[in-house]
Amino acid sequence: MSMRSVLRDSVPTTAARTTSATAADGPASRRPAIGIDVEDLDIYYGDVHAVRGITLAIQAQSVTSIIGPSGCGKSTFLRSLNRMHEVAPGARVEGTVRVDGRDLYAPGVDPVLVRREIGMVFQRPNPFPTMSIKDNVLAGVRLNGTRLKKDEADTIAERSLRGANLWDEVKDRLNRPGAGLSGGQQQRLCIARAIAVEPQVLLMDEPCSALDPISTSAIEDLIGQLKDEYTIVIVTHNMQQAARVSDETAFFNLAGVGEPGQLIESGPTTKIFSNPDNPSTEAYITGRFG
Amino acid sequence: MTDTSTPSPPRGAAEQGPAKRRLADRVFLGLSKGAALAIVAILAGVAIFLTAEGIPGITASPDEVKSGETFLAFVLPLVFGTLWSATLALVIALPLAVAVALFVTYYVPRRLGHTLGYVIDLLAAVPSVVFGLWGMRVLAGKLVGPYEWLEAHLGFLPFFAGPASATGRTILTAGIVLAVMIMPIITAIAREVFRQTPVLLEEAALALGATRWEMIRTVVLPHGRSGMIGGAMLGLGRALGETMAVAMVLSASGVVTFNLISSTNPSTIPANIALQFNEASGLTVNALIASGLVLFVITFAVNFAARAIVNRRKEFSGANA
Repeated sequence: MSMRSVLRDSVPTTAARTTSATAADGPASRRPAIGIDVEDLDIYYGDVHAVRGITLAIQAQSVTSIIGPSGCGKSTFLRSLNRMHEVAPGARVEGTVRVDGRDLYAPGVDPVLVRREIGMVFQRPNPFPTMSIKDNVLAGVRLNGTRLKKDEADTIAERSLRGANLWDEVKDRLNRPGAGLSGGQQQRLCIARAIAVEPQVLLMDEPCSALDPISTSAIEDLIGQLKDEYTIVIVTHNMQQAARVSDETAFFNLAGVGEPGQLIESGPTTKIFSNPDNPSTEAYITGRFG
Repeated sequence: MTDTSTPSPPRGAAEQGPAKRRLADRVFLGLSKGAALAIVAILAGVAIFLTAEGIPGITASPDEVKSGETFLAFVLPLVFGTLWSATLALVIALPLAVAVALFVTYYVPRRLGHTLGYVIDLLAAVPSVVFGLWGMRVLAGKLVGPYEWLEAHLGFLPFFAGPASATGRTILTAGIVLAVMIMPIITAIAREVFRQTPVLLEEAALALGATRWEMIRTVVLPHGRSGMIGGAMLGLGRALGETMAVAMVLSASGVVTFNLISSTNPSTIPANIALQFNEASGLTVNALIASGLVLFVITFAVNFAARAIVNRRKEFSGANA
């Protein structure tokens, strides 16, 4: 199922257009990854205005990193891209987030279906402790209610684990608990789980902050490979990491003490890191604050 | 060996001496050790009493006790009744308790959930005599009609073979009363373990596109599994040992039958002890105490079985997450 079908019910007029567009793409084996257009997005938790006025175009099939000091709304913004922030009570947004031209927040859009299209990897590896490695990978696929045949399940598990560069390390112990892996392996297992459902977009919330440098480097290599197929947005506190893995960078900062977070500037990573327009971006990147 | 007040020998050996034991630590250690030993001592005392007083009852010949049977013939129907009524109670209470716990934890606003939780806890504070009265006076009468319906429509099942009791004071009524009594404890424990489900795992499921129910199925229930089993076993323990409510509700005749709705019902060990003890004398008393010993062994076995179940898939339990 693609984003098209997710949003078809709510936006019937554009659905027809997309169908023809898909047909025009021809039988290309690679799915066209999808960019994200954020327009004037405000995020609130109850009375707290967390993020203000974000307008940002996220390129398809590239890595966009979001950097900024703690508490500036990076994670909140990332979570609003697949409506995960709604897990918190009282969360709401104003503005639009368009994925493949359709608004995630249009009335009638089911957040559950949005999340099936836009995967997420968290700060700390969170494989399901009661499941084996293989069942972890297949967890999302099975949520769709489809009963997998054994060979089908095996194919998806192998493809996803290979995609996450984990296959060789775990192929002999697929039925062992996922929690028995090292932290870095667990995180790649979580990535395998996220890509098993073939999402369009992969959101990563500081995916390496709980990992050692070697595991971090493995994940970064993986991100480089995954961007051929997915649109990736990564929040990171590690500026070297942002510089290494991302094509585009967005710098967030607080407007002031007690003020909401906002986007200061965004652009190609090379430009943001060498010649930023805004002095506060330069101050942050050179380590003068944050 | 090293007193901290003596001048320290070379190479800083003083720092390597045994750490100073503070008074508060020693007092606390003594108290907790004493409490732990007291539990073991009490348990041993009960076991010794039951064994010493029970053995004459077990070995007594049939004509020396009131029942006029060998001990085995006397106790087996009671064991059956005890297990049967407790099982009925658990089968009714466990799904309800888990459903209520899930509802309170995940489906109502937090504040309302807390309030509901308190109300359920209050249910646990109602004395069993009250439940017994309610079961005998209210519930039994109301169930006569349904029992007749069950006999008429499901009578081909051995459980509902009838003839339906005219008073409604059947083993099923006792099971329902027991279920109401053990539901609060199971609910309370299930609620507690559900609330401790790591947010990280809940979010993992939701981010994969799980609905709330799918999130509960993939994360919350597996995580809460050992807690639910523990709660169920506590409930089962209470149901096995419940005396007053069963004694008041059940019109027992000491048969062994799976029939849930007839007027001839098995009795349970604790209810039987309560009903018989006052008029008992001589070796009959010992026989009753021996039946208590059997109950003691059963509850022990139930607890060990629960532990075995909880431990069986330990590495998948989430304890090492």
